[in-house]
Amino acid sequence: MSFEMPVENWRASITQVTIGATEQDGGTRERAITIGGAATLPFLAFEGETPRPIIAMEVLDEQPEGWPEPLVEAFSDVYGDPAAWAQKCVEEYGADMICLRLVSADPDETNASPDELAEHVKAVLEAVGVPLIIWGCGNYDKDNEMWPIVSQAAAGERVILASAEEDNYKTIAACALADKHVVLNESPLDINIQKQVSILLSDVGVKPENIVLYEVTGGLGYGIEYAFSILERTRLAGLGGDKMLSAPMLSVVGSEAWKVKEARLPEEEAPEWGPQVPRSILWEAATALTFLNAGTDILVMWHPEAVKLVRQATEDLFTSGNGF
Amino acid sequence: MPTAIEIYQLLPKTNCGDCGVPTCLAFAMKLAQGQASLEDCPHVTEEAAAALSDASAPPMATVTIGTGDKAVEVGGETVLFRHDEKFHHPCGLAMTLDSDLPTEELAEKAKQLGELEFERVGNMIGLDLLAVRDAGDGSFAEAAKTVAEAGGLPLALLSEDTEAMKAALEHVGDGKPLIYAATADNLDDMAHLAKQHSCPLAVKADGLEALAELSERAMDAGLEDIVLDGQPKTMGDTVQQQTIIRRAALNQKFKPLSFPTICFTDAETTEMKVLQAINCIAKYAGIVAVDFEDPTLVLPLVTERLNIYTDPQKPPQIDQGVYEVGEPTEESPVLVTTNFSLTYFLVEGDVSATKVPTWIVVVDTEGTSVLTAWANEAFTGEIIAKVVNECGIEDKVSHRNLVLPGGVAVLSGKLEEESGWKVTVGPEESSGIPSFYNEQGFK
Repeated sequence: MSFEMPVENWRASITQVTIGATEQDGGTRERAITIGGAATLPFLAFEGETPRPIIAMEVLDEQPEGWPEPLVEAFSDVYGDPAAWAQKCVEEYGADMICLRLVSADPDETNASPDELAEHVKAVLEAVGVPLIIWGCGNYDKDNEMWPIVSQAAAGERVILASAEEDNYKTIAACALADKHVVLNESPLDINIQKQVSILLSDVGVKPENIVLYEVTGGLGYGIEYAFSILERTRLAGLGGDKMLSAPMLSVVGSEAWKVKEARLPEEEAPEWGPQVPRSILWEAATALTFLNAGTDILVMWHPEAVKLVRQATEDLFTSGNGF
Repeated sequence: MPTAIEIYQLLPKTNCGDCGVPTCLAFAMKLAQGQASLEDCPHVTEEAAAALSDASAPPMATVTIGTGDKAVEVGGETVLFRHDEKFHHPCGLAMTLDSDLPTEELAEKAKQLGELEFERVGNMIGLDLLAVRDAGDGSFAEAAKTVAEAGGLPLALLSEDTEAMKAALEHVGDGKPLIYAATADNLDDMAHLAKQHSCPLAVKADGLEALAELSERAMDAGLEDIVLDGQPKTMGDTVQQQTIIRRAALNQKFKPLSFPTICFTDAETTEMKVLQAINCIAKYAGIVAVDFEDPTLVLPLVTERLNIYTDPQKPPQIDQGVYEVGEPTEESPVLVTTNFSLTYFLVEGDVSATKVPTWIVVVDTEGTSVLTAWANEAFTGEIIAKVVNECGIEDKVSHRNLVLPGGVAVLSGKLEEESGWKVTVGPEESSGIPSFYNEQGFK
């Protein structure tokens, strides 16, 4: 019996999206990053183009509360200073992008004003040359109040504004159009809603090359199977030619992985699970690797050691040994 | 390969449902897709069975390693993506032990690994196999015996030396270990041993073409229980080989690759070994053998496996009953929610974040979330009251205050009346639990 390679002929490839703009393109980034372009499933180099995933490291614009010790050790020296934090991620840990989360916007907590939030964005833009993702606080009213000012503060930089949801997308879409940004299409683990939001964004004029998809995720052990399958289905739909699902995908890894007790608990509280390091770091890295296998293009991560491990794994995933 | 309609013509067409599928046509479609076995139909004629044997042959062999309760089944997969149906046999997880360890140490390690278990919402999960690696110093047979006795798990015997394998099988061959591995050089002898002891045989070769040739030789020698190793050199090779093998088995019905696979971890650091194993579990490996020292790092692997092999058609559920977050006392708050795992995990996570020890009463709603269960009348005042009164929480706390999810506030009157507990309406979303706890002064 002779063996024939089982090659699939996919109908389409994933849309390419460029994040960040250099001076030449009206921004101030040292370099722009193009994601997407996959012509097959992850790592199947024998079948087509498989772009390398990008790692964005997350920066909070105020001091986090209740973080587990391994994260505190990595970042406590830059707490409360998003510019210094971002710089540390880029210079020490080689982050490809910075994901700035404007947690201080939360009206139930610090409730920073739109002008103050815009200052945080400007400080990070000045501190680092990599492209940015800017994430609101999740309170629709507050986010819609802040976006025009925050988006304007980064005008021309082609940041990803996060995020547009089915019942709250108009303001963010308008800001992205006005200031030349990319929009993150967020859905609650539902491929139909994801598609619907893409349609809604298209209807208001956001072009396919300015949309990135995000399905809400869970950490390893906590619903990751849902996200895994929805990402796979989305990618298969995109490769099958569904234009509304052919955008690159982003996964939030750090905050999800570190939310679960297998990462959070120190050894004293869970001796049967062994030392918190490397357990917690592996929890984040394993969560990331699972999403990569489902097709994710951008990972948003927290711990520098987890970033390092995922980078090493990615390198190996793109290396051909004996092939097949 | 016949189409669903051709298969249907050969079935009894009685729509009796005894096969578990409502109609003969639906059953025929499942057979055509390789998602059902002809044996499921008790009424099929011999003539039809013969005609359909090719169509009904499972696309990938199921291989059993070990005997009795602890036997592990791998392979038998029918789909490339879990959302297309489900993955049938969770990949076997093995830990490797070297045969030249001192006997006592080897026995101690095997015992520890055999007993290794992690609890996950009521399920205990651990390793499935122990792999004994031949150090080439004559210790292999004794070591296999020691590990089999002390570990209590099925074995994989790792040696290319047919004499060493023969000696080991004399001790442990009755336990149906996996023989690893036949190569181009020793295949005839290894195949002979596998037949003699009725054991599954792994074949290994550098790359898939050589592997397919070797597998075909093993099939020609009369073996049916074969495990494949294409010896990938990188994680990229692994994903590609695993995918090609799965596609060759399912889409091309290419017999020599229609078997489960085995993968090993060979990275320099323990952390990278864990990630190599995660990668294999996510992408089709039949067996993953790891060889790091710290057994607690099996936790992410068994968790990954549990997730990937969860049946996507059945909502993940936890058992009805009382769960503890932290170490609750008789004063601690009592929350109630449904048994959909994701609902429970959200509530549990948000409660843990408050650091307030809490009791959570979980009501069996057949794995639906709070609002869905309410809509289906699986989460009503009467049902919740019955569970609260019968689950034993009344003996654990001195108070009678119950927190009900805010989304079903409408149930509170009936629930108070039926249960005799005072009901407080909690937040609509579990993310509101920390601020709700603050308002209530729970600590």
